[in-house]
Amino acid sequence: MTRPTGPDSLLVIVPAFNEEGAIASVVSSVRRHLPGVPVLVIDDCSSDNTIPAARAAGASILPLPHHLGLGGCVQAGYKLAYELGYAYVIRVDGDGQHDAGDIPRIFERLKTSGCEMVIGSRFVAENGSRTGTVRWLGIRFFRAVLRPILGKPVHDPTSGFVGVNRRALDVFSRSFPLEYPEIEALVVLQRRAFRFEEVPVTMRPRTTGRSSITGLKSLYYIVHVLLGVFVNVLKYDRRFHRAQRESSRKPALNVATDTAGNTGRDAGPNARPNAGPSADRGVGG
Amino acid sequence: MDRLLNVTTFLSLVLLVLVLISVRRAHIRVEYSVTWLAAAVAMLILSRARPLLEAVRQWSGLPDTPLTLFLFGSGIFVLMFFRFSVIISHLRDDNIALAQRLAILEFHLRQTARPEGVEANASAHES
Repeated sequence: MTRPTGPDSLLVIVPAFNEEGAIASVVSSVRRHLPGVPVLVIDDCSSDNTIPAARAAGASILPLPHHLGLGGCVQAGYKLAYELGYAYVIRVDGDGQHDAGDIPRIFERLKTSGCEMVIGSRFVAENGSRTGTVRWLGIRFFRAVLRPILGKPVHDPTSGFVGVNRRALDVFSRSFPLEYPEIEALVVLQRRAFRFEEVPVTMRPRTTGRSSITGLKSLYYIVHVLLGVFVNVLKYDRRFHRAQRESSRKPALNVATDTAGNTGRDAGPNARPNAGPSADRGVGG
Repeated sequence: MDRLLNVTTFLSLVLLVLVLISVRRAHIRVEYSVTWLAAAVAMLILSRARPLLEAVRQWSGLPDTPLTLFLFGSGIFVLMFFRFSVIISHLRDDNIALAQRLAILEFHLRQTARPEGVEANASAHES
């Protein structure tokens, strides 16, 4: 895989677990729409031919030594991208549901808006994307839950078609939800007062394999994610009050320190970072 | 009552022997066996020392002795399960971080180990 070159270096990551039927077309499609952009397939210890298929299609492979689940798999990709020094990372699912033709728009929005995260959303505009009734109900439910927490509506909180910039990459490479990460990741970013935007995208029905959230697992998913959101909100409040206390003690100082000892304007919920990608350029690269 | 205490004694002894055998065969690490051994010994003592059990009952204000024994035993095991959940959570986090680190290091190694010509070809192929 090529090292990042230039301030707008982009890496497309594809978490995959037993996706031999779709992975080659996903990688080829990304390479066709974004020639020159490296594609990294993170293989979550597949037992089929996902790795050879992805490699043959031209992707770099990050094979995990054992199955970590979606969150651990995606975070491994974020960690590697951060270490290599990429400025932007866009995640595409390996099952063929995401249209690689939408990636340039997500990338453009990431670069121009200054948002830390851009979500490819099925529901921002009517675009013919279809989803099952149970999933649709779940999405409506989590929209309602997240609205007051995030302070703005999010139309498609379960979308895995997500682009992040280097500031979000820094956060996610250190802290990322391990199971069902999409919704919790939004709250993790909210704790940093990071911003997100949504871009309308088209999603296709999965071509191979089956969703991991079926039957009783849907219930487990709801409980798990609600608990994760609740815990993250509690952490947020603690940080918020700590930041309030610190700012009242040191009114002149605008730079806070986070729990990991890193300094930066993103450390407190009230401190919105205003630096562009150049602020982080070169770190870890 | 005596029957309940005898059953508790028997179960405590079984647990004690089982844990000791497991430690000897290295199925359980010593540091994780201590909690089990302490729980087994506590139940053994309580089931054999009736005055002590009675004192615990009076101190806790519970209406009868069997209930005291049952709640005491349940409390011990709930605390142990909680402790092991904490340990497992830490182990899982460490395990995931290690697996990710290993995968990333292997990735860097493969990139470094590639001969120059292969690297150039691969870069051309990848881009």
